[in-house]
Amino acid sequence: MGEKKVTAPLPGTILKIKVDVGQKVSPRDVILIIEAMKMENEIDALVSGEVKEVYVKERQTVKAGAPLVSISIS
Amino acid sequence: MLEQFLEAFQGIGILNLSWGNMAMWVIAFALLYLAIKKGVEPLLLVPIGFGIFAANFPFTGLMDEGGLFYIFYHYGIENELIPPLIFLGLGAMTDFGPVIANPKTFLLGAAAQLGVYVAFFMALLLGFSIPEAASIGIIGGADGPTTIYLTANLAPHLLGTTAVAAYSYMALVPIIIPPIARLLTTTKERAMVMEQMREVSKGERIIFPILASIVIILLVPKSAPLITMFMLGNLFTESGVVERLANVSREALINIVTIILGVGIGATMSAENFLNPKTIYIFILGVIAFAFAVAGGVLLAKFMNLFIKNKVNPLIGAAGVSAVPMAARVVQNMGREANRDNFLLMHAMGPNVAGVIGTAVAAGVFLSIIK
Repeated sequence: MGEKKVTAPLPGTILKIKVDVGQKVSPRDVILIIEAMKMENEIDALVSGEVKEVYVKERQTVKAGAPLVSISIS
Repeated sequence: MLEQFLEAFQGIGILNLSWGNMAMWVIAFALLYLAIKKGVEPLLLVPIGFGIFAANFPFTGLMDEGGLFYIFYHYGIENELIPPLIFLGLGAMTDFGPVIANPKTFLLGAAAQLGVYVAFFMALLLGFSIPEAASIGIIGGADGPTTIYLTANLAPHLLGTTAVAAYSYMALVPIIIPPIARLLTTTKERAMVMEQMREVSKGERIIFPILASIVIILLVPKSAPLITMFMLGNLFTESGVVERLANVSREALINIVTIILGVGIGATMSAENFLNPKTIYIFILGVIAFAFAVAGGVLLAKFMNLFIKNKVNPLIGAAGVSAVPMAARVVQNMGREANRDNFLLMHAMGPNVAGVIGTAVAAGVFLSIIK
């Protein structure tokens, strides 16, 4: 139980968001892709649960450590 | 009348196309194929390949004094104008943030110059002259403009060969780095996640190019042409007040001079300059230089970890071989392969950028010793 905030492990641009609010995810599901140095980096959910909130939009630039998605852990 | 006729006939290109010319065409077409079909460094290899092709027609006068390609070569490359202008553009593209946040990475960029010196001494042993050996060694820095700059200065007859070797090995960075880096690290070391980098302020970003210029140029004055332009370009970007200059440096200007540079280098590649055993040695020494550069960076990172509190993932040392940002991407992929939650890309950019500076400094050292 509880909530997990997935943060950006590196700075870059949000290329694609692969989850919606309410969607169930498992730890190795890719939730979004951050583009940095022209390289696509898949970001995993890391926990099992349900997506509670998505903090970013596609094409938005993020700094390292910026919150991306919150997941209520099941 | 008949004599004039015969003379004109003898001047027809096709009768004077030598085997050497045709062999160089094969090389030109191979480079064009790699660039167009395989995407190998196309920005450089398309103009270089076409330059080789064009310069190997008989009787064009392109490379005679006053000829078009001669002008490109003489004023652009021999006079050492273009490589520093490319450095201006690279400086404007470069983000020193990772180096400022983690200055230790500067040492990793320096350690990766090991390859330069190993190849230098091996070339001497193989009987190359000192200026030739330096031009071959610098290939290990994996930096095109620096290689061209130094070779134009010390051994212009090797220019085409060292430039093509440097650019082709850079394209091969994804193949050269992994086996060496894997050999020198354990899976556990590669899996290590590094602490998140601190934020770097705008003030630090503005001061850095000035401070770095002072330190580097006072230590190695002969590196000044490359370092000053690199730092000026960076200041254009980081100061935020001359976006027009920053923009033209990293886009229009660098593209224009790249065309002249590529064609000018291609044009130096005549059969007698390229089709000799030296070329094979240069390519072999080049790959050895790359291998030692990777090893130097990784080993210093491991050595540093014996003393420092915030350990570094030794893989980032491999990014010290410049080849920005390919080497950093390779490191990112290797780190993730060992641990899916490991993102080394930005950490690897530190040694990566430092490697560019390291190679320019190594060139400066050679110039001050040899010239």
